[in-house]
Parts: sequence; C-alpha cells; structure tokens
Amino acid sequence: MTVITDALCPFCGCMCDDITVAVENNKITEVKHACKIGAAKIMGHHRIKAPMMRTDKKGDFKEVSYDEAIEAAAKILADSKRPLMYGWASAFCEVHKKGIFLAEEVGAIIDNTATVCHGPSTLAVHEKGLPSATLGQVKNRADVVVFWGSNPVHAHPRHMGRYSVFAKGFFNEKGRKGRKVIVVDVRKTETAGMADEYIQVEQGSDYLIISALRAILAGQAAVVPDSVGGVTKEQLVKLVDTLKAAKFGAIFFGMGLTQSMSRYKNIDNAISLTTELNSFTKFVITPMRGHYNVTGFGQVCAWETGYATAVDFARGAPYYNPGETAANDVLTRKETDAAMIIAGDAGAHFPADSVRHLARIPVVQIDPYWNPTTEVANVVIPVAICGVEVEGTAYRMDGVSLRYRKLVEPEHPTDIEILEKITERVRKIRGD
Amino acid sequence: MTLKVNLITGRTINQGVTIENKTSSDYQEATACCELNSKEAGLLGKPGSNIKVKTKHGEVVVKLKENNGNPDGLAFIPMGPWANAVVDPDTKGCGMPGFKGIPAQIDATSEKVLLMKELIARYK
Amino acid sequence: MELLIKNGAVFDPKNGIAGDKTDISIKDGKIVDKVSTKASVIDAGGRLVMPGGVDAHSHIAGAKVNVGRIMRPEDTRSGIKPRTKLTRPCTGYTVPNVYAMGYRYAQMGYTTVFEAAQAIMKARHTHEELEEIPIIDKGALTLFGSNWPTMDFVREKDMDKLAAYVAWGLLASRGFGVKVVNPGGGEMWGYGKNVSGLDDVVPNFDVTPRDIIISLMKVNEMLGLPHSLHLHCNNLGKPGNYRTTLATLELAKQVKPSKDRQVMHVTHIAFNAMGGTNWMDFESKADEIANFLNNSENITTDMGQVIFGSATSMTADGPWQYTLSKLVHGKWSNGDVELEDASGVVPVTYYRQAISHAAMWASGLELALLTKDPYKVLLTTDHPNGGPFVNYSEVIALLMSSKKRQEEIKTLPPVFNERTKLPGINRELDFNEIAIMTRAGSSKVLGLLETKGHLGAGADGDVAIYDIKPDQIDPSVEHVKIKSAFSSAAYTIKGGEVVVKDGQITATPMGRTFWVDASVPGEHTEVMMKDIRNKFKNYYSIGLANYMVQDAYLTHPKVVKAGVVPVEVS
Repeated sequence: MTVITDALCPFCGCMCDDITVAVENNKITEVKHACKIGAAKIMGHHRIKAPMMRTDKKGDFKEVSYDEAIEAAAKILADSKRPLMYGWASAFCEVHKKGIFLAEEVGAIIDNTATVCHGPSTLAVHEKGLPSATLGQVKNRADVVVFWGSNPVHAHPRHMGRYSVFAKGFFNEKGRKGRKVIVVDVRKTETAGMADEYIQVEQGSDYLIISALRAILAGQAAVVPDSVGGVTKEQLVKLVDTLKAAKFGAIFFGMGLTQSMSRYKNIDNAISLTTELNSFTKFVITPMRGHYNVTGFGQVCAWETGYATAVDFARGAPYYNPGETAANDVLTRKETDAAMIIAGDAGAHFPADSVRHLARIPVVQIDPYWNPTTEVANVVIPVAICGVEVEGTAYRMDGVSLRYRKLVEPEHPTDIEILEKITERVRKIRGD
Repeated sequence: MTLKVNLITGRTINQGVTIENKTSSDYQEATACCELNSKEAGLLGKPGSNIKVKTKHGEVVVKLKENNGNPDGLAFIPMGPWANAVVDPDTKGCGMPGFKGIPAQIDATSEKVLLMKELIARYK
Repeated sequence: MELLIKNGAVFDPKNGIAGDKTDISIKDGKIVDKVSTKASVIDAGGRLVMPGGVDAHSHIAGAKVNVGRIMRPEDTRSGIKPRTKLTRPCTGYTVPNVYAMGYRYAQMGYTTVFEAAQAIMKARHTHEELEEIPIIDKGALTLFGSNWPTMDFVREKDMDKLAAYVAWGLLASRGFGVKVVNPGGGEMWGYGKNVSGLDDVVPNFDVTPRDIIISLMKVNEMLGLPHSLHLHCNNLGKPGNYRTTLATLELAKQVKPSKDRQVMHVTHIAFNAMGGTNWMDFESKADEIANFLNNSENITTDMGQVIFGSATSMTADGPWQYTLSKLVHGKWSNGDVELEDASGVVPVTYYRQAISHAAMWASGLELALLTKDPYKVLLTTDHPNGGPFVNYSEVIALLMSSKKRQEEIKTLPPVFNERTKLPGINRELDFNEIAIMTRAGSSKVLGLLETKGHLGAGADGDVAIYDIKPDQIDPSVEHVKIKSAFSSAAYTIKGGEVVVKDGQITATPMGRTFWVDASVPGEHTEVMMKDIRNKFKNYYSIGLANYMVQDAYLTHPKVVKAGVVPVEVS
C-alpha cells in the first residue's frame, strides 16, 4: 500500500491541499481529510470504458477505437462553420492551452462553465476591478466575514474550516470566536444557521439592498426607505456599522448574486460597496468559484487571448462579447452547428432550450463519465481524470495556482493526448 | 391545489457528491426534488410524493421535499437536468441564463419522475 | 548553425565599439570570433547594429498582469491581430497577451526581459505565463520586502537566517533576484494602512523600512547574487517623495557590492522624484536625484518613463494602488498575498493637460539627461505603469533629440516650464549611450554582462539591426526616422536565429528562463526552515509540500549559481 500525503482535491474552488490517499494495486482505497464531495470524486465511480459513436442520437452507441473516435471528432470540428467548445472546468490549465489552440485552428467559440456560474462576476470585474486577497489573508486577519448568496456548507464544505470561519490565524488566534459571521440569503441555509447574523432578503432584491447599504455608508441613510427588499432599515444600518467596525472584512459571494435578477450588476454593486468600505477599514471580496479549476480556465484564456472566457475565434483573432458569444447565447440562437463538450456537462447544467439544440447538432464529448451530455453526443471519448490520474495545474478561487499530483496510473488517455491528436487530424483534413 | 412560487435552483452537498455519477439513482434522488417549507409542502402532499413544477419554459416531475429554511413562496430545486427543464434560457445579454427567480406553479401529480435518460430523450 | 553579419555600424559599448564597421559572427547561438565560409550572411549595409535589447524592469507575466487583462477587455480590444501560419493571435496594448508580449519585444530588437515582481506564493503563475511568451529570454524578480520571515529575521538581526531564506525563496519561486516594494507597506496594507517613511515601525514585526532595506542589501551581497537589491521606494506617487528617495539612496553607502555592479537598483524614478506638497504645486525633482547619482558609485536606476495615453498601473505597492484608484476614480483590483506582500492594478491615462502627468513625463527624461553616466539610468517605462514597452522608440527619440522634446513641450501647459528643468536641457544622447541604457547597462545591472548586452566572443548570439545608417542621420533633426527604426527592427537575431526580418516575425523559438540557485551553509537553512515550517503549519493556507515551483514549470531553465561570500559592512 502506498500513502500519498499533501494531495489536492479536484472538486471545488477551495482546492484543499491536505488530502491523504491510500493506494493499493493502483486503486484508491481510502481518502482522508477530504469532505464528502471531495472523497466521492477521488474515490471515483464507474467510468465510460471505451470510445463510442453513433449517427442517430436516438440509437445506441457502438464501441470504437480511439483512432476512429478521434477521426470522427476531428471531422465534426473541421466540417463545422460555427463550432462551440465548452466545458474545461474539471481539467487542468495544460488542457486549456491545447483547447484554445484547437479553437484557434477551427475558428471556434470557446467557453467554460463560468458561463453558468461566475461569468457575470467577470463582467462586473470589467466594470469595477476586484479588490481581493488570498484566502490565507482572510484566515490570518478577518474578523468580519460575509457570505452573500453563497452556501459553503453545501458547495464548499471545508471553506469555513480551512479559510474563513473556524480557521485560526496570526491575528486571530481564537478562530470562530474571533469572528463575526454574517449570512445574507433568500432562505435559511445550513450556512445561515451557523452565522452570528442572518439577513433574509427577498429573492432578486440584492441590487436594491446593496444600493441601500452604499447609501447608508455614504452618510445618506435619510434616503433609504424603512424596508428594502424585505430587510428593515434598522437592520441595514446595523449591518453597515458592523462592516465599518471590522478590522479586516471579507465578503464571499455565490450564485445568489450571479444568477438572480440584475446578474452582473449585483456583483458590480457589491464590488463598489467593498471598495467604498476601504475608506473606513480593510475589506476584500472573493467569488466562491465552483469547479476546482474554473478559475484556471479564466486565467489561461486571459493570458492566451486577452479575454477570460466566451472567446470567438471565427475572425482568426479573439472576439469577446458575452450575451452574444457565450455558450447559451449561441445555443439558444441555434447558431452553433457542432459542439465539443469537454470536462463540463452542458447536458446537465444548461437550460432545456440549449440542450435541445445540442440534440440537433453533431456533438463530441470528452469526459471520464456518462452523463446527460453523453445522451446527446455522437462521439464519446473517455479520458483519464485530472487530479486523480493526471498531474497538472489548477487555480484556486483566490487565484493561487497549485500543482496536482497523480494518485494512480490512468487506464485511459489524457485530455491533452486526445486534443493534440484531434488538432493534428483537423490540420490534415483541412490540408494545413 | 396549485401552489404559485418563485423558483430558484442551486447546489446541494448531495448534488455535489453524485455529480460525477449522473446515471445513478443517488443522483436522481439528490437532484430530482423540489424543496418547500413544511407548511407549503403540506398543501401538496407528503414528502417524497410526486409533484409537477411548471414554468413558462417547461415542466418537470420531481419529488417533494421539506426544507424549513425556505420562506413562504420560495421553491428550490437542486441544479441539474430536472431543474433545467424549467429554468429561463434567456441570458439577458450577459451569457447567464435565468437559474433563479422563475415564476412557477406546482401541483401534486401521479405522473412519474423521469429517469435522466428519459428526461434528456425528450429533447431529441 | 553559423551566421555572419557584415558591414554593420556596430555599437557595442562593453567592447568599446562605437559605430565601427565590424563583422559579427555567430555559431551555435553564441558570438564567436570567426565563422566558416558556410555561414549564412546578412549584409547590414552600414546600418545600425546593436546587441539584442535587455529590459531589466517590465511587468510581462504573472498574477498582476493577468488581473490587468481580465479587468481591461477594452485594452485587449486594442492591438488585435489574427493568427498567421507562424504566429498566434495578438491582443492588447498595455496588457498584451503572452504572444504579443514576446513578438512585440522581438520586433523592437529586444531579446531579454525581466518581470519585475512576483510573490513566491504566486510564482507558479508567473512561470506559467513566462513559458508561453515566445522568443525572448526572461526571468522574474521575487518579492521579499514585506514577507513575514524577512521581517522576523531582520528583527532578530540574524543575517544568516535571512540569507538562507532569500536563497530558499529564490528556489521556491525560481526567481532571479531580490525585489523590494514599499518595504513594510505591504504588511501594513493587510489592515489598510501604510508606512510613511524609512523609520515607521511595522506593527507586530517591530522593524522599519530602513532595517528591511539595509538587511536585504547585506544578504544580497552575502549571497553574491548576480543582480543587486531592486527597490521600489516607500512613498511612491506622493508629492514631495523625492526626499524619501534621496534618504533611501543614502542607505546604499552602508553596503559594499560583492561584484562589479551597484548594491541598489532604484526603479521607476519618474514616480519617486516628486517635489511639491500636493497635486497642484507638484514639481519634478529628478535633477536632485540625478545630482545624487552623479556623486555616488554604487547605485543604478531606471526611468519609468511616462508615455501620454493609456497605461495600466500594477505593482505590489497595494496601498499606493488604492490611493491611485481614488485619485483617478478608476477601477481597482487588489491582490494581497498572505504572509508575503500586497498588490493592486489600476488603469490610468496620462494626459498632457494635467501638469502632474506632464511633470512626471519630464522626470524620467530629466533623470536620463542630467545623469552623466548612462550606466546609472536604464531606459524603461516600467511597462505598463508609465506606458507600454512598445513606446521605447519614442523614449529613444526624445533622449536623442532636443528638438523633439521642445516640440512636445509646446503641447504641454505653460506652467510646465516652472515645474521641471527639462526645457533648459540641451543634452542629446548618442547611439552609444542609447546602447548602454538599453543593452550594456541593463545587462550589467542584472549581473549578466558576461553573456548579455554585448557582442564580444562568448556573448549570446542576440543581435538587433535597425534601418538607420548612423553616419548618415542627424537624430536631433530626423527624430521621426529614429523612432520608426527603433520601433521595428530590420533584423532581430535571437541565439543566432533570425526571428524578425523587416519588422515581421520569421521564427518563434522558445527562450530560456533565468533563475538563481544560491547556496548557503546547510545548518543555516535548517534553522531557517524551522521558522518556515511553523508558518506553514499555522498561517499559510497551503502546505509547504505544495508551495515551491516545480521543475515542470521551467521547460527551458537557465540556472545561474551564486552563494554565500563574505561582505564588508561599513
């Protein structure tokens, strides 16, 4: 038996790096320190065994060789006038680089899962920037922590323990007791149940409430009505006092802000609030990123193309305009005529309208697991699991990059190998 | 009776635990459900009974579940293919569909909860 | 592979060649005395030949740069070029994508560029980007000035431990040298505060910026690192800060260099040579800094020249970036790094009409023109803080032509003449001096003069040929031609390979990444590591086992060895 320590968890944006894994005969037999979700991901489930293809999406798949599947995938992309390459969040930066190169090659739109997660946060960053900090800064210093529209108990189970709530640090030796925890949400989540203060807001009214907080902070409480979005003015004034009294405050926000009415404008407003709080004390704001390497795709895409996501290569040069070039935009407009879905599951996580269009066009799936995308795919290429069977780089929610270890030997080729071969085939088909 | 609600979708821990195992019954159990507070759930049936959630964008049958964290009028379906059968596809010019804040109607139903395969087959 | 460059008007200051018709021979990537008759030949036809350009201070890779890209799609949209069969797409002006970074430097005749700041904890990101920048050789300086271990060891006055930490930090970050930004200020910014001068005490750590600077200078020389301490002074951007800068320069007298170079490189002087008390009575005091430099031997600087137009300010000076964002009412990103330093990114525009901007524009030029020895002032724009590096040709033209400067001054507010000495400066730099400021000087400052910045045998085969005939041009009058020639090289040769011809990319080899492996006695490392392990156990949010940059991120490494040598402290 081999014991691997300091392993990284390939599930969420917390990227816990203290995992211990026991391996016997190239099988993981035990996972320690990980949360329930991380342990499930590392332990693994039954996999797609071999590449599969079908022409009729209502028909059954037929197992084929990797070469056949790669050739078919390359043909689909090479023949497409408006290909979409979507997913990426459950794969490493090394995979993203290959993907962006292939997207350039075929003139594709490349987009990642942020489009249904923190894509609007990126739009807000365009408007206002992002005053943030690494998670250790929060662990060492924060005495006021706000979770706004985020539910770490469910989505980032070890966040509170490792970084934000219970973690002890240099200036906060008491951990939980040294912190005031505030949860703002539309329903009393388990996270809210652990807070010192829970502020329940009417769904969709975050923008109003943040605006009211900014008005109070600016000394304009007089213009704020008695109740805003289901929160009394008294509560809002008290909240502003708490925020101002912090020595180091941190706001963590989730899809409660990005997916509700006003979308990116909520984040824009929350960033402005954070910036303005810095006139009084130190405050930072951090998006609670979902998949472990959704942040990494944004990083790689930004340094390679200048844009973080939703990049359209149809013109040969990068073009970017979410709302026009994001995955669901081109799918619901029925504009895209072929798709490659890799390390992300559009079939499960896109609205029915988008999946309906995927069901009409040729779809290549590159993924370790059978999922709703498989149900609408024509070509399915199973791969090794990044972070379990492959080593490589990912970026934590705060932008810290770390290198994942390989825990067991893969039985499948890696995403990189598949993308390289598809690129090579595409070039042949197009006569380059 | 028909319950009119504001529907939101989002993560849950069991949705996360089963996310790489979407052909399993565990995944269906974790995500093909709709949470309401017990008062409103009681108007529709017992926890575990089937309900049909209808919006302008579609309809889906899921299991009824209680969550007393929900205020009146707020329904929650874990993110996944069942939730996405009824969410708003409009990205409002910023790339993000409407996963939260969708007006919905909920009724008790005797129709069955579709398996993931069956659900996606409706789109083909 | 052999290459012969014939009939060039060569400027190679290190080897005393100033415009002589000299042939340059390159074999297997290195300059040699002679090549065989099989060598391919470039006939320079009397045109200007210089060593490949070397930039000792530019922000080309890493967390801050990418934050700049992500928050500035409007910048990305300028400078867009589609891919070609040879090149990847290019985007951006102040924050170009990685490909544009490499291509554009090469197109200007530059072959070596150093990223000016990386936190150890984010160094992996820096190297991920460096690995994607084509053509040029590169490296990155590592931040030490507000790191908790630095401040602990400075307080304990334990220079052995501090040296061991610096050596280990360079290994952990695969860094090339010691960067210090607003020492102490990075830690203070953790609680939204700042230091206001050399003698403020950093709470909880009980050290002053003065202690930090002197101690790091000492261990830099103890370790015999190729480069000296590289310092971004306290109080950057504040009117009246030239006094802090002068007081900081004084500190260099306390340590003797371990090699033939400075002990302190003070960077982007344009932001640190400010007189006045506020933005209204703001004036340039670059003349005072130049005067100091003219009377000291062991300090170098770079201009940090301001370019009118769009820029992106990015620095580990977190408190300054916040102040700047309030000044310009601009967007603000902040990036504190636990236990290490701060950082911020703010888009800015420099306006001719704003007297403070005009005076800052003058400062960089004044510094270069009033300092007698060009080895003491490197040409930089502190890319992209003063403006993007693609404007180096503009700076060269300004330095070479008093006429051009006077033309520019005419476009500035009348009060300009009272706020700077520039209107009265007639000095015009020659090609030799430009070659020093952009080649020999920067290589010497970095400690790389053996192989970089000259064209003698043994140097790297990095050469630039510009479309000017030095004996047939009057740069003072024909400054437009000067600018045009330096913006787009006739040839750039990197490691003996033609990478640019007539301003177009012809090959995209991968350059090397320089980093310094400094040895210290094992027992010093052992004692130091006890403290480090404690910091990881209690304070860092990641494990020590996952901290250091792995070999995988340096596919073309160039290791420079250094190690403990005795240092004289006066």
